[in-house]
Amino acid sequence: MKTLEELKAIREKTLANIQLRTETGEDSVRIVVGMATCGIAAGARPVLAAFVEEVAKRKLANVSVTQTGCIGVCRLEPIVEVFAPGEEKVTYVKMTPEKAGRVIAEHIVNKQVVSEYTIGMNQ
Amino acid sequence: MELVRSHILVCAGTGCSASNSEAIIAEFEKSLAQAGMQKEVRVIKTGCFGLCALGPVVVVYPEGAFYSRVKPEDAQEIVSEHIVKGRIVTRLLYQETVAEAGISSLSETPFYKKQLRIALRNCGIINPENIDEYIAFDGYSALARALTEQTPEEIVDIITKSGLRGRGGAGFPTGKKWQYTAQEKSDIKYVACNADEGDPGAFMDRSVLEGDPHSLIEAMTIAGYAVGAGQGYIYVRAEYPIAVKRLDIAIGQAREYGFLGENIFGTGFSFDITVRLGAGAFVCGEETALLTSVEGNRGEPRPRPPFPAIKGLFGKPTLLNNVETYANVPWILQNGWEALAAIGTEKSKGTKVFALGGKITNTGLVEVPMGTTLREVVEEIGGGCPNGKKFKAAQTGGPSGGCIPAEHLDLPIEYETLKSIGSMMGSGGLIVMDEDNCMVDIARFFLDFTVDESCGKCTPCRVGTKRMFQILTKITEGNGTMEDLDTLEDLGNHIINNSLCGLGQSAPNPVLSTLKYFRDEYIAHVRDKKCPAGVCKNLLSYRITDACRGCTLCAKVCPTGAISGKVKELHVIDQDKCIKCGACMEKCKFGAIVKE
Repeated sequence: MKTLEELKAIREKTLANIQLRTETGEDSVRIVVGMATCGIAAGARPVLAAFVEEVAKRKLANVSVTQTGCIGVCRLEPIVEVFAPGEEKVTYVKMTPEKAGRVIAEHIVNKQVVSEYTIGMNQ
Repeated sequence: MELVRSHILVCAGTGCSASNSEAIIAEFEKSLAQAGMQKEVRVIKTGCFGLCALGPVVVVYPEGAFYSRVKPEDAQEIVSEHIVKGRIVTRLLYQETVAEAGISSLSETPFYKKQLRIALRNCGIINPENIDEYIAFDGYSALARALTEQTPEEIVDIITKSGLRGRGGAGFPTGKKWQYTAQEKSDIKYVACNADEGDPGAFMDRSVLEGDPHSLIEAMTIAGYAVGAGQGYIYVRAEYPIAVKRLDIAIGQAREYGFLGENIFGTGFSFDITVRLGAGAFVCGEETALLTSVEGNRGEPRPRPPFPAIKGLFGKPTLLNNVETYANVPWILQNGWEALAAIGTEKSKGTKVFALGGKITNTGLVEVPMGTTLREVVEEIGGGCPNGKKFKAAQTGGPSGGCIPAEHLDLPIEYETLKSIGSMMGSGGLIVMDEDNCMVDIARFFLDFTVDESCGKCTPCRVGTKRMFQILTKITEGNGTMEDLDTLEDLGNHIINNSLCGLGQSAPNPVLSTLKYFRDEYIAHVRDKKCPAGVCKNLLSYRITDACRGCTLCAKVCPTGAISGKVKELHVIDQDKCIKCGACMEKCKFGAIVKE
């Protein structure tokens, strides 16, 4: 190691890996994936993976991807809830990895809820 | 790209390791492999979280679920419930974090709320055996900046202005020490680290070494640059095997990355560190004895001046600081001297780490801003005395410190205030005593320790502490006189005034402070031949009251056959045979046996 740039490169590379461990603040966005038996059976695992990957790829700070149990509407699984500060909770249903990409791009990054995936549109 | 969605942090400090955290890590890895998740979930061993009373501690991120008292067999459940299905295992959660809707933040719990972590900033957060994680949390950036952008004078100036003082006990201004060493003209200079943490019950430095060894390496290298030294020594006790191992790993990694060795950051500055193991002699925590031991000689102190900054290791100017002091240095350089100077009180800046022990609910490690009151540390953070017992005294500074009674609990923690009430900051051991502790017995316990650990070089310490110990033993056996109390005070002051080093100069503190604040207990032992706390065996007697139903159980458990009596009749204890073990009292179902 001879330069500050090298040090910075290691720092950024590792930081992406361990950002998970910093306590998320009040202003952070939480993406919660339903991962009970019903969710897993409906394909929640690849959805969760897609969210984690997108967040990492776009280096989104202050966004955490976590999981939760069964919400009770098993027929609409995989269900994903997005909690953003100052906004109402948004519930997306029948999610797929492809839809996850769109939610990140439109909702998380550009603050436009993807209405066609929400529970209201799929009752 | 590698896709990690969850981290399982397992504490691998000495405390949690002792309660089997290695096995927990193995179980996690096994369970994750079974679930096919070893790639997306990472198990990381970290340093101490501080809540040792609740160890082994496991934290799962991103949720931040804080599991306490985890057993190896719980790993399977955490994986199948929390990791696979996202259902937090509430029964294992630290009680204070259980909220109606899942979990509340750890930093809001009474134990963590009043803490401010500077020296322990990375402990329990990073993997101490992975240099990249230290770098990710701004590690080695202070060194990089110091070497490439700052002059040695600027660094000494920053440390001086920050108001940082030695965290090892005496509280000497750190910046002054750096300045004295820097201004000495010499071809060879050394930087040394005192990691010979010897106070019984103190483990602050151990936790930094185990949880964040790179912060010490970075600080020593910066110090080397600031004072003009090319070689560092870390003197650590051999009884800290995990700390020594992690230190060795960290030094190896730092060399590999070029933070130690020749021509660091291409600046032409060279520095390296050697670890020296001490054999655990208490006196080697004294700076001149420590340096003598590093040189390979018997660890005995020598008179000062000359101070180590002028004539230290191998006769050369040497900068010697304690682990916790060094751990503050990278933080100060990153955040500016103003940041540290803004924390604390007028004369004591920054934070201090304390190892809470004794009769306290949350045994563990805490870091609080200077000026926090003892009451906040003992009652709020520490959770007070367990089992509803009444607080009697807090002992700071180990065998060199004094006992602080309840009336002084509201004093702020500062170097000067602690000294003014006959104790000292010390390295940070804080032992809490409740109504069941006999203060004479406590003073005798600490004296016993210093008698053992006195190196024997100077007479006041060698002979004086022994005589004090004999007088204290006499008092606890019920043979003391009122003159003995005066003799203890005279002798104590004489030892303080005439000893060569800090060991003797502080050894009488536990006796003098208890004599000052708990004189009535001494008088009870001497005049009434009673031990109010019921600890000193010679002053106790057990008696069976009328409540006895004659069940014969006590007679059966008595190891010396001192209890006699017929079935359904009142039993009696033969005081000549009784060894005061208390077995009968423990077994009696009717509360018929009393201790007086």
